[in-house]
Amino acid sequence: MEGIGILTVLGIIITASIRSATPLIFASLGGNFSERSGVFNIGLEGIMTIGAFSAVYFSFKTGSPWAGLFGAMVMGGLFGLLLAFLSIYFKANQVIVGTAINILAASLTTFLLVEIWGRPGQTDNVEYFKAWGPFNLFSYLAFAMVVVAYYVMYKTPFGLRLRAVGEHPRAADTLGVNVYVTRYICVTISGILAGIGGASLSIGSLSLFKEGMIAGKGFISLAALIFGKWNPVGAALACLFFGFADAIQTIATNLPVPKEFLYALPYIMTMFAVSGFVGRSVGPAAGGIPYEKGEK
Amino acid sequence: MESKINEYREALLKTLKEIAYPLVAIFISFIAGGILVYSFGKNPVVAYTALIKGSMGDWNKIGETLVTVTPLILTGLSIAFGFRCGLFNIGVEGQFIIGTIAAVWAGWAFTGLPGILHVTLTLIIGSLAGGLWASVIGLLKAKVGSHEVINGIMMNYIAMYLSNYIVMTFLNVPEKAYSVAIADTAKLWRFSQAFSQFNHSRLNIGIIFSLIVALVAYYILNKTVRGYEIRTVGFNPYAAEYGGISVKRNIVLAMVISGIFAGFAGAIMTTGVQYRVNNLFGFTGYGLDGIAVALVGNNHPIGVILSALLFGILQKGGPFMQIQGIPKEVVGIIQGIIILFVAANFVKVIVENMKQNRELKKITAKEEIE
Amino acid sequence: MPAVIEMKGIGKSFPGIRANDDINFTLEQGEIHVLLGENGAGKSTLMNILYGLYQPDEGQIYIKGKPVRIINPNTAISHGIGMVHQHFMLVQPFTVTENIILGKEPSKGTALDLEKAIMDVEEISKRYELKVDPRAVVQDISVGMQQRVEILKTLYRGAEILILDEPTAVLTPQEIEELGVTLKSLVNQGKSIILITHKLKEVISMSDRVTIIRRGKVVDTLNTKDTNIDELAEKMVGRKVSFTVEKQAAKVDTPVLEIKGLKVLDSRKLEVVKGVDLQVHGGEILGIAGVDGNGQSDLVNAITGLAKAETGEILIDGKEITNLTPKEIIESGVGHIPEDRHKRGLVLPFSLAENAILGSHYSSRFRRGLGLSYQKIREYCRKLIKEYDIRTPNEKVLARSLSGGNQQKLIVAREIDRDPSLCIASQPTRGLDVGAIEFVHKKLVELRDEGKAVLLVSLELDEVMALSDRIAVMYDGRIVSILDAKDATEKKLGIMMAGGSIQGAV
Repeated sequence: MEGIGILTVLGIIITASIRSATPLIFASLGGNFSERSGVFNIGLEGIMTIGAFSAVYFSFKTGSPWAGLFGAMVMGGLFGLLLAFLSIYFKANQVIVGTAINILAASLTTFLLVEIWGRPGQTDNVEYFKAWGPFNLFSYLAFAMVVVAYYVMYKTPFGLRLRAVGEHPRAADTLGVNVYVTRYICVTISGILAGIGGASLSIGSLSLFKEGMIAGKGFISLAALIFGKWNPVGAALACLFFGFADAIQTIATNLPVPKEFLYALPYIMTMFAVSGFVGRSVGPAAGGIPYEKGEK
Repeated sequence: MESKINEYREALLKTLKEIAYPLVAIFISFIAGGILVYSFGKNPVVAYTALIKGSMGDWNKIGETLVTVTPLILTGLSIAFGFRCGLFNIGVEGQFIIGTIAAVWAGWAFTGLPGILHVTLTLIIGSLAGGLWASVIGLLKAKVGSHEVINGIMMNYIAMYLSNYIVMTFLNVPEKAYSVAIADTAKLWRFSQAFSQFNHSRLNIGIIFSLIVALVAYYILNKTVRGYEIRTVGFNPYAAEYGGISVKRNIVLAMVISGIFAGFAGAIMTTGVQYRVNNLFGFTGYGLDGIAVALVGNNHPIGVILSALLFGILQKGGPFMQIQGIPKEVVGIIQGIIILFVAANFVKVIVENMKQNRELKKITAKEEIE
Repeated sequence: MPAVIEMKGIGKSFPGIRANDDINFTLEQGEIHVLLGENGAGKSTLMNILYGLYQPDEGQIYIKGKPVRIINPNTAISHGIGMVHQHFMLVQPFTVTENIILGKEPSKGTALDLEKAIMDVEEISKRYELKVDPRAVVQDISVGMQQRVEILKTLYRGAEILILDEPTAVLTPQEIEELGVTLKSLVNQGKSIILITHKLKEVISMSDRVTIIRRGKVVDTLNTKDTNIDELAEKMVGRKVSFTVEKQAAKVDTPVLEIKGLKVLDSRKLEVVKGVDLQVHGGEILGIAGVDGNGQSDLVNAITGLAKAETGEILIDGKEITNLTPKEIIESGVGHIPEDRHKRGLVLPFSLAENAILGSHYSSRFRRGLGLSYQKIREYCRKLIKEYDIRTPNEKVLARSLSGGNQQKLIVAREIDRDPSLCIASQPTRGLDVGAIEFVHKKLVELRDEGKAVLLVSLELDEVMALSDRIAVMYDGRIVSILDAKDATEKKLGIMMAGGSIQGAV
């Protein structure tokens, strides 16, 4: 590292952190909407997988990465809707349903991968979003989404209602707020955002889809959400933190630490974050509990 | 004597009732899979026949299927046991991996011991290592309240990297991407050693062990004080606390037992099948499959055995479907559909809605008559 | 002039129960009309139909003579109907203003206009003389203010017709009087009010007319001034009701429970029990009277080991049990009938048999070899079912399929059969029908006659006064007074429950 100035190194680290954080931010914002309205979305990982794959597929079919992005949003939204349907109408255990979606997403994408490209492992290269300056489209979009999410959640009537639905759905119901519709909307939004997050991994920095490329980022996003106290800005900052842990791997190959440790670092830090070693956080009161009309 | 027979009959009926819904879900999923195959222009009957023949067509095939089933029973039990205490032990994958690596070390390091002793020691070390790995999750949940799902998933990744590190350094075979092998004295007895029908399969005594463990798990859960406490905590931790049951202690206990089952699965994989551990590029999949197995088995030890058998057949028969021109990934999708149906309590909800409608009709009909 | 509200021929069924059966109900302009009935009689269901939370299976609703269909609360609100629920529907982390405007938020473009909201809240607060702090967070305000917020919620939406569901459950006798004044003031401003209650005294003092509902059907509608408590009780229950509990004088023994200087903190580290000294002797029933939320639950939790005692001592038969585990406390001879039978007292998905051994499940009498003997467990449960007359086909049914009364009987049976030195009964008759109430009271008196100590905690002042030998009043985390039952009057207790003192009061 001789001869490289501190500022340059800092600059490299920060940009790498932002790039690594980008997919996390989308998924985390998605999780924010879902959980704030009272539905745990453990299926973010699976929806990101679907998003990543769909982005590559639609880009492949049309030759345009914008179509890929759009496709990722639609497919992500559909899977979010599926999760919503199972959690809200069937009142299924949300953690199980989310896990089921993760399993289904993995099988489905593997199946389609082989069907369409004729071989397992990874797809061919497709058109993707090249960088504008230090970042590609997705990082700029992520920043904008944080602002939008904060505004919607805390400054609009819809945001007040969705937060009420997550804390005390019965109170909202008695005032005429439709709990079910609000939750459907929020979980679908989370699917769309997670889909974009997945797309940012496949057609944002790379140009293909690889099996297992999400590598737990859906879950790390959830940790960032908890770490950030279910607040869009807090979650985004937490994502930056995890992005930093991730970025360290790619830069610090000269450190006297085994590389497996660096690979494991983001996951270790997530555990610390979730276990309250870095501050306690209490989630929405009605989180994870299906709403029943007419319950005493 | 009469009451003993009655008790067994009651237990059987209760078991049947508990696995009824998943059975219907499986049936529906196979029909859905059949429709999928048909839509690809292939014959579902041919597909399913290939599935059965590929997995159970001859003794060797049966042996290999059972080799797959063995870890599935144990990881399924692991998850099921956790669920009974209200815990989702998604960290089974990591505990499995830790079990394999601990077993490979014990199998390699303790040379000079008589076979039975060495095998026992290796299996115990593998199991306890899994239990230890799981105890971290349990302690974090009990002490700090942090969610076992996120911690479990994180520890899965940490376990994978830890295992790779050990495989590529301490236990490394130079120039290779796998570990040293265990000594012969640590290897499990294979069926091929006595029955020539199994000459081309790796079927080992692990399958017997896993069935025994399932029965032990059933006994612990349903016939002991510990099991009563675990189930109470799982259904209603407030009532458990009120009744003098330590919620924290039972959470950790359930996680440790769960981890022991998963570690045992890993140990059997090492001592019975693989004899060494590879540098992993991804998860083994036994953990995730265990979740599916437990769900479909309705978290009941007997259900888990049957469910593991089902998934073993699906996985082993898949490649033979491929030969018939049907992509083997269909199996993965059938699995996914089964899980979704079961996860949604699809059958249960529909049946209960029907029951409620019938009752409502009965009541209003009664009023009209009166 | 047509009645403000007329409900004609209303019918509603749920799985297993006919909640409303051919009910006719009218509300005249400017009246306070009470819907009286026992728990589960169907009054809340009827009002939930009026408010659009449920749809009736049969019948028709008329507002000012016009037939209407109220398909959800929004429709009800648009017709000028507002509802204040028994359990407050307030979002704890939100402010008073946010709670009031939820669902009808003033906006500037796409954004919430919080400033206008606060002004609107201040305006109606002043107009109706309901004092609230618009910026306060609901979590931090008093119960009285929370109720005012609930009423303001309805007025903010232009309610002309107010439905109040059991509004007095959380109030002291004096606050109940204040509520009565508020209601009369609202009536003077043109509102019409429906009160749902099962408290006979409030019917007499607060209403113009009363409709009695029993088992889903209307029994009668009367003018309040033409009736009295006994008549109302008889109509409500269907037979003559005795309000006293038969018991002989207490034969008091040595203290079984001694509490010295007990302090308990809540989850926010605030003191909820602020230094309590108490003794309960063998052979007596000590009743703790108080409004909900004054520390009684925390006191009970500290004694039973479910909450931590910050300082102080708790002794049973001279042995210290402060901060021992619940298991050790049970073994020291403490029985506990919990105030929430579904949360603490039972594991609903378990069978009755498995519930019967909760707390003594590790005892050697249920063992066989290394494990449990379900044969012995079921035998034990059958014994309890017989002795305590629990209505159930057998001991194998799940606890959740039993009625509330029978569930409570099982809990009572379990706790008493363990032969405790001290039995704590927390809201033991909440939600029970009269038959079950009589049964539970009888068992508690029996316990006391056997020389055991009974600590009764109840929000029903009548129950405390009927059962107790001595009465302690708890206010704001302290025992403010301990009286002999014969010296206690409702007025005295009411004043102390509200934090006042009784110098020379009768």
